[in-house]
Formats: sequence, C-alpha cells, structure tokens
Amino acid sequence: MIQQLVMYEEELQKLTHICETLHRDSNAKAVLVIDKNGQSMVQAGDVDELDVTSLSSLTAGNVAATGGIASLLAEKEFAGQFLEGEKVSYHVSIVGQRVILVVLFDERSSLGLVRLRVRKATADMVGVLETMVKKSQTGNGQPSVFSEITDDDIDNLFND
Amino acid sequence: MSFINYSSREINCKIVYYGPGLCGKTTNLQYIYNKTNPEAKGKMISLATETERTLFFDFLPLSLGEIRGFKTRFHLYTVPGQVFYDASRKLILKGVDGVVYVGDSQMERMEANIESLDNLRQNLQEQGYDLDKLPYVVQYNKRDLPNAIPMAELEEALNPTKVPSYEAVAPKGVGVFDTLKAVAKLVLTELRKGG
Repeated sequence: MIQQLVMYEEELQKLTHICETLHRDSNAKAVLVIDKNGQSMVQAGDVDELDVTSLSSLTAGNVAATGGIASLLAEKEFAGQFLEGEKVSYHVSIVGQRVILVVLFDERSSLGLVRLRVRKATADMVGVLETMVKKSQTGNGQPSVFSEITDDDIDNLFND
Repeated sequence: MSFINYSSREINCKIVYYGPGLCGKTTNLQYIYNKTNPEAKGKMISLATETERTLFFDFLPLSLGEIRGFKTRFHLYTVPGQVFYDASRKLILKGVDGVVYVGDSQMERMEANIESLDNLRQNLQEQGYDLDKLPYVVQYNKRDLPNAIPMAELEEALNPTKVPSYEAVAPKGVGVFDTLKAVAKLVLTELRKGG
C-alpha cells in the first residue's frame, strides 16, 4: 500500500550537482529540493542557519494549498510562486509534478536571473527524477534492506 | 509515501492525527514535543488561529533512533478538526503512511466523532487510499472526564474493524506514547512488506 520514493547515491549526486550549479549561477543564498509531502531531499548553499525540516514542511503545505486553489479555479497548477522579503526572497517552482524547487536569494541576485537559471535546472532535473521514480518502483537490482527488518528490530526502537 | 534516502541512510514517514474539533490532536503532539529529548525532535510548528484552533496543520519532526543502520524519522501532522476546513484536511492526507484517529470520549461529541471518522475514510478514498489497508490506530481521548462513554460503546461505534486502540488523557500524557509507538510500528511493518 505504501508507495516509496527512494533516493540512491547516483541520483543524489546528480541532483546535488544541479542544485550547486543553480546556486552558483543564480547568485542565490540557498537551493532546496523538497518532495511534495514535505521531506527535504537535497540542499545547496548556506543552509546551516536554516531550519530545513520546518521550511520543507511549510513549503509543501504552501504548495499543496496553492494546488488546491488552482483546482478550485479550474487551473491545472500554478507552476511557481515568488515571495519578496526585505532581505530574503523566496522562489518556488514545481519540477516534473513531483518535487518542489526552492531558491532563496537576496540583493545579490534578481528575480529575472533566478527564473532564468531555475528554468535550466528544472530541465536538467526532470530526467534524474524520472530515473529515481523508476528505481523506487523496481528497486536497484538489490534486495531492499527493509525486507530483512525483524520484529525485534522494530521493538528495539521503542525500548526506552 | 515514505521517503528512503540510501545515501544519507534515512527513512522518512508521515503520520497524520485525525479527529473532530477539540478532540486533542494538537495536545497529543504538544505532549510528545514536551517529553522528547531535544536531539530527537525538531521545531513544532502550529498554524493556528488567534484562539489557538488549528487552521492548517501542526507539524512535529521526530527521530526514533536507528534500525539496521537507517535513521528513522517520523513527521507527525495534525489536521484542523473543524468541519469547514475539509479542503485543508484533504491536502494533509496526501502522502500519508499512517493514521491516528483521535476520538473524543464525551457523550455529546459522539456525532462529531462519527462524522469525522466518515470524513477520514472518504477523504482517504479520494486520495486513492483505503483506511482498512493503511497502518491505522484509534485513540479514545479525555477518558478522565465524568461524561466519558464506556469503552465498549466507543469501540463499537468508532472501531468496527478492531484496529489497535488506546485510552488516553492527552494533557497528562496517558496513552499518548502508546498510540504513537503503535502506529509507528505498523508503519515500519508495512515498510518491510513493501521492501
């Protein structure tokens, strides 16, 4: 019943490389890739000061709410969102209907530049995500570590 | 939908607390937050109205330790219980791995309990889920109140499929961690089946 999204090393490296390139080329503060359920997948840039977990959850909630508004207005989706702050601005776009790409930037960049670079990064990311989804469904040719989990393993998690 | 990161060796799962307005969903999360070690939890986020009614959701990220070298992280969400927030409830159910239904034990909330449970089943169906196939537990909250209905009656009305159920007094923590552990175990067991 549970559908899994699985990230293997190869896809992580590719996505990280795309995010690092986007971070550099757009003069951004940070770049985040988040799955639509609010789980953080990849980050690049100055993320040490950020609460990435909270940011991911709120962004996913925001995107879900925006998607809900879109369907009420008979739109397929609103592909992007831009929030302008005094010091930091926040650009959100949806990639391959699957994940959310967030770019945080300040006065060193501009909305125009971010949009331009996001377009390129999105194109690069779509193929990697397709591979990731395919591998999630079929496995990586290796038995899943989770098939070996025992009841004891699960019980041990809850031993206070 | 669980997210497994082989690279950072993490499992991420989403658990949603569902139930009628004022049944104690947020109180469950607050108790868990207050009683968990700082290193095992992230910030608790509550998107609430000025009167502290949940407007969109509460969110609490929790680490439960390692299993076969993988860090297990559970993202706990509550839904807004009030009837008119149905659009928000549907959104929060997306990608859910396990559900806790929190019922209110008070006699006068029975109708709201039943309505909320029907709403849960229907909203899950709309997202392509079947409540009977999901990791799912029931919690009967407010067991300490004088107008609490006997357990047998609650079970008959709210737990026809006889999933694991727990009595609770959420502000005091009674039953809170038992409920969480039960649903987390079911989620991990389901993950094993899927693996």
